[in-house]
Amino acid sequence: MSRMLVTGNAAAAWGARLARADYVPAFPITPQTEIIETLGGWIEAGELDARMVTLDSEHSMLTAAGAAAATGVRVFTATSSQGLLYAMEMIYTVAGWRAPFVLANVSRALAAPITLEPDHNDVLAARDSGFLQLHAATCQEVLDLTLLAYRLSEDEGVRLPIIVNLDGFYLSFTREPVQIPEPSAVDAFLPAFDPGGLGFSASRPVSQAVAVLGGGPYSYFRYEMHEAARNALAVFDQVAADFGDRFGRHYSPVESYRCDDAEIAFVMMGSFATKAKDAVDQLRDAGQAVGLVRPRMLRPFPDQALRDALVGRRGVAVIDQNLSMGLGGVLHTELSAALCGVPNAPVLASFVGGLGGRDIGASEFFAMVDVAREAARSGMPPVPRLLYTRSELREMRKLQGIAAAERAAAGQPGDGA
Amino acid sequence: MSESHYRHMKDLPSTHLLGAGTAMCAGCGGLQAVHEVYDVLGEKTVFVNAAGCMTLLSVYPFTPFRGSWLYTSMASAPAGAQGVRDALDLLVAKGRLPANDDLQVVVLTGDGAAYGMGLSSTSGAIDRGLDFIYLCYDNEGYANTGQQSSPATPHAAHTATDSGVLGHPGFKKDLFGIWVANRPAYAATVIGTEPLDLARKIERAKDMRGPRLILALAPCPSGWGFDPGEMAEIGRLAVRSGVWPLKEYDDGRVVHTEIRRPRVPVEEYLVRQERFRHLFEPERNDAELSAIQARIDAYWECVD
Repeated sequence: MSRMLVTGNAAAAWGARLARADYVPAFPITPQTEIIETLGGWIEAGELDARMVTLDSEHSMLTAAGAAAATGVRVFTATSSQGLLYAMEMIYTVAGWRAPFVLANVSRALAAPITLEPDHNDVLAARDSGFLQLHAATCQEVLDLTLLAYRLSEDEGVRLPIIVNLDGFYLSFTREPVQIPEPSAVDAFLPAFDPGGLGFSASRPVSQAVAVLGGGPYSYFRYEMHEAARNALAVFDQVAADFGDRFGRHYSPVESYRCDDAEIAFVMMGSFATKAKDAVDQLRDAGQAVGLVRPRMLRPFPDQALRDALVGRRGVAVIDQNLSMGLGGVLHTELSAALCGVPNAPVLASFVGGLGGRDIGASEFFAMVDVAREAARSGMPPVPRLLYTRSELREMRKLQGIAAAERAAAGQPGDGA
Repeated sequence: MSESHYRHMKDLPSTHLLGAGTAMCAGCGGLQAVHEVYDVLGEKTVFVNAAGCMTLLSVYPFTPFRGSWLYTSMASAPAGAQGVRDALDLLVAKGRLPANDDLQVVVLTGDGAAYGMGLSSTSGAIDRGLDFIYLCYDNEGYANTGQQSSPATPHAAHTATDSGVLGHPGFKKDLFGIWVANRPAYAATVIGTEPLDLARKIERAKDMRGPRLILALAPCPSGWGFDPGEMAEIGRLAVRSGVWPLKEYDDGRVVHTEIRRPRVPVEEYLVRQERFRHLFEPERNDAELSAIQARIDAYWECVD
């Protein structure tokens, strides 16, 4: 085992390398590109015995990934944001092929307006596809969850592809110390891919992904996918226990940080949760019983683990780094469903923050605790809030003023908005 | 170049590999071509399918193929072929699949995907020199959804989306030309009603490596408006009128494999199809008929 200072993107590449991926269909997109460049460099140098092919689009890339997995090789691929959406038809399609592989998604907010920095609306668009989803908060987790994802994906009770999500810039380009496991230890944890019933060969012809007629067979196969995804809850625990025994790093579907006696809990996903941890430490220093609950797994949804972590808290601040237009935060909605009708369920306060990479400051975490406390005291869920400061709004007004002035200078009518 | 096995009609395969009783329409010219192609290619094949009529060949739990099948999507069948080809190569190279278990990878696509939505992934596959056969059954419209205009629809044809007196305003795209411009290993046009010419071309393509186009005109009773029993005659007229030139690209040259002199007037082909009825009734559109004939003549002048 060696300890290296690597970016989140390099950690994802290390995951694919240690998993001995045979095949890497690729297409560049910021902020993911470093992953495929790293893998390409290793293949060129003879350090990774794999084939990488650059396709014409992410749609083609996901098709090739699913087709290769359906033919019986271990596949790794990666994308971000618009690329994930461009591939979305095939995200749903290849999940239905029941061909296991791992896709690293480097989260980046979606157009419009076009931007490069992260939030989770891209990966949440794949929420109902049949891909399972694991969300990393550190570079170490990126590597470890990639290895776990292969075991989970290839398990005969699951056989679904998995997205390992890491946040663009905050993880993709941030160097952290990462334990790189010994290849032999990874080989013992993750044996060679057993294609099972998958594969095409002359001596064993097979038809895959054929059409069905009518809702009966369709419902059967779709529900089978749902059950496979639910199976992944128990399989994850087994696989993570084995991983913990071998490597000393223990992963649960839901991380609880300083929660034992917490009255108020934050709930959030991804690398921004490390900001919440920092705020929890400061609040604890100030004598407040506050903790953090972070789902590492979004699909299957770890509803029981979340109930275990949250029932008995007085208040909960759910911070969604996404926005479902016309509804609000997705995690808040899903958590509300998981807690609905449960005795002693806490009141949830919903916050949307970190859109397009917008920072969440410590003072905002402190303010959210106050809102969650007041909601717990009154028993009334507060109105959902967007994390946005007065000074940000002032800056925005300035930009709008400049835009209006530019329009006026160009002789175009404008209303200043 | 070795002599063809297929010199006479009696040399064509007498055992037919593709099963009967599929969901294709009676008189489907595309299915006829697929039958003939499959007889020559054989069962050591995996068909990677793009959304279209032929997607309904394999409906759970049945398939007419003795070999393998993978349905992908409308736009990305060549990328599916890439994944399958690469995985088979990796499995053989890494000793996980015996070399004699290897398969020929064949994309099966309609013109709706081939001439339009699928061009990006097709172009990418040609760029990468992917070792595959690309079989397009060209029924000149989005036939599976009821014959709306596609980029393969001929000028003036009536379709479900171009039903006015002028018919389809566009002109059929030259997919063969697009392939040839990118120097594939092989490209050929075929039609099921010329089975000897078709078998020879599949025989040539079969043992080559790299991107290989087989573009089959697929007379479509439902979409073009003729009786299923007339399919063979419509197909023959397509060739004899010069509407559908039979040709191949090999070794850097395009060669026409059948040059008819004299050609049958195109009217004889058009008049038998409902989609061109408006050129004859309620009154003849001489200007349009002459323009169609002139374009065909101009094409063959360059060949002669």
